[in-house]
Amino acid sequence: MQRVQGLGRSGAAGSAAPPVPELPAVPPMTAPELREVYRLMSSVRRLDEAAVAWQRQGILPAYAPLLGQEAAQVGSAFAVDRERDFLFPTYREAGVARTLGVDMVEYMSTHRATWHGGLWDAAEHRLAPIQAVVAGSVLHAVGWAHGQRLAAASPGDPQDPVGGLGVAVAYLGDGASSQGDVHEAMNIAAVFAAPVVFFVQNNGWAISVPTERQVAGGSVAARGAGYGMPALRIDGNDAEAVVSATRRALAYARAGRGPVIVEAVTYRRGPHSTADDPGRYRTLDDERRDAGADPLERLRARLLGEGLANEAFVAECDAAAAAEAEAVREGVLALGPRPGAEMFDLVFAEPTEELLRQKAQWRKESEHG
Amino acid sequence: MAEAMAPATRELSLQQALNLALSELLAEDPKVLVFGEDVGALGGVFRVTDGLAAKHGSERVFDTPLAESSILGLAIGLAMAGFRPVPEVQFDGFAYPAMSQIVTQLGRMHYRSRGALRMPVTLRVPSFGGIRAPENHGESLEAVFAHVPGLKVACPADPQQAYTLLKAAVRSDDPVIFMEPKSRYWQKGAVVTESADWAGARVARVGRHLTLVAWGAMVARCLQVAELATEDGVDVEVVDLRWLKPIDTESLAASVGKTRRAVVVHEAPLTAGLGAEVAQRITERCFGTLRAPVERVTGFDVPYPSGDLEDEYIPSIDRILFGIQRVLEYRRG
Ligand SMILES: Cc1ncc(C[n+]2csc(CCOP(=O)(O)OP(=O)(O)O)c2C)c(N)n1
Ligand SMILES: [Mg+2]
Repeated sequence: MQRVQGLGRSGAAGSAAPPVPELPAVPPMTAPELREVYRLMSSVRRLDEAAVAWQRQGILPAYAPLLGQEAAQVGSAFAVDRERDFLFPTYREAGVARTLGVDMVEYMSTHRATWHGGLWDAAEHRLAPIQAVVAGSVLHAVGWAHGQRLAAASPGDPQDPVGGLGVAVAYLGDGASSQGDVHEAMNIAAVFAAPVVFFVQNNGWAISVPTERQVAGGSVAARGAGYGMPALRIDGNDAEAVVSATRRALAYARAGRGPVIVEAVTYRRGPHSTADDPGRYRTLDDERRDAGADPLERLRARLLGEGLANEAFVAECDAAAAAEAEAVREGVLALGPRPGAEMFDLVFAEPTEELLRQKAQWRKESEHG
Repeated sequence: MAEAMAPATRELSLQQALNLALSELLAEDPKVLVFGEDVGALGGVFRVTDGLAAKHGSERVFDTPLAESSILGLAIGLAMAGFRPVPEVQFDGFAYPAMSQIVTQLGRMHYRSRGALRMPVTLRVPSFGGIRAPENHGESLEAVFAHVPGLKVACPADPQQAYTLLKAAVRSDDPVIFMEPKSRYWQKGAVVTESADWAGARVARVGRHLTLVAWGAMVARCLQVAELATEDGVDVEVVDLRWLKPIDTESLAASVGKTRRAVVVHEAPLTAGLGAEVAQRITERCFGTLRAPVERVTGFDVPYPSGDLEDEYIPSIDRILFGIQRVLEYRRG
């Protein structure tokens, strides 16, 4: 066998890439957990469909539906520790926000054009503001996660039940995976062994461009090997598969062992946004063929089939979801514009004379002052 | 013990003054972190972080992979986690790969999150030319940074300013782009470590006939010009802007209100440079008393040239003197 000479410290001749570590196993979900996930998914489905209707009614200028991604979003957010983890959404994560208990009027405010990032308190809810730049917050997740390592007294002692690290969950899409920032983030997270879960919702599309024109190497998860990090590619429409995979990834990261990719394969059943026209790049036949089974119906069939829930429970979830959507609608309608002074007041923690001057002039010259 | 009360004055180079300030900041606040390319064992290519990793630990002073967007992205995430990051990009031209993070994220996170997520990030950027560096190792990005809402921009001219401004920048709860004049790193000067004078602009030389406004390495050059101008009986005031955003309009107005003439000097290209902003502010405030339009002596609208030509590009003593002459000889109508 021909040996490469002089490779030095990091490339000892003949050495193979180290094997990618295994993720810990987690117990199966309990029946109450499955019912709770179903309840959340029903609520998210209803809200999402309602938001599309609100856009048609002129209540929202635009909305990015998550139809078909309920299991991926609810399942992943259901798995996190809401006391110590921190989640970094894109612009399509209403299901994540709902699962974390964010006020959905405050969430929808971004689509109402009230405030770009949304109105919720990001620090309190441990959910970063809406991110409109594709892949814009993936590196923030790595930075936040590295901070957990630096702050930890005993990083990642799995023997210590209250120990372990807060984990950052970076949400990104198949399209986002093409961004340089995502490659940088995966590399740097692995170099620093930062506790991050890269949660990829591969929904088949980035606006009009299908995954096969976007992701080289067959999948985003396949890239994990190159970064020496474990990666799971899962059925993102199977709620339990999502919860379990995310729990395994979180446990690994929490123990200080480093980042993980979870690629949830799902399907964007709706348009990219309410401004999109999917008929220009895919047919209804394509959609029927590629979408697979509806994640909400799948979980319902399982609950009923295995006797984990009954029809009354399903009806109760539906009714609660309808009532909630109506309450959110009323809340959104009641959202007035923010006071214009916030444009100036929220730029800096320590305001500048210049901005105060501009604000005073705006107030003087504006009828809304 | 009595002398402990007297302000400590030390003779330091600008690079040493920055190093001292960083070391004291790391000591005073456990949330301060210093990171970037080669800032650890090497101490940075300009040695600004020399010895800091050894002294404060390689967890708080650490090398990152070679990726500027990552350096900024990490800083933002670390700030979200409650840290006070002081990242470095190795050279001004390599702030460009991080530009999206700087503009779309760093400058907006406080605003986007309605104040829930503070960004006490100080980005150190070795800046400007004058050291015969390779391409993209000598850029003047102040107008680019100053144009971005949500950022503050500071630029020290000498060791004292370097020490004082860096402390103020790092202690600030807002993002500050800290532009260090590379060509002045090795220039020595007296540094009073208790100096509290960090806000706004500073009069570097008092004069009566004309105000030169400058920042960074151009301040020292303007001070030279001022000495030469005395030979012609011209008494030049030099204002060191120090904060390129927010601009201290009051100090500009006070100086030019007195001298009634102004020339702005910067290394960056002319068009849409910060000199236009300074000139406009002076004009707004001093239009009635100005004896001539505000002049600009700047770099040209060309890519930064190679070392052999950089003295042709950077405002020279002669070009600044010509600028002064144009203002002094201006006649209305
Ligand atoms: C950096 C950047 N480039 C382009 C866009 C416009 N844009 C918004 S969403 C999108 C597609 C994103 O696809 P993917 O990451 O798969 O997420 P999905 O929309 O499927 O949830 C594009 C091109 C943007 N917002 N940001
Ligand atoms: Mg997609």
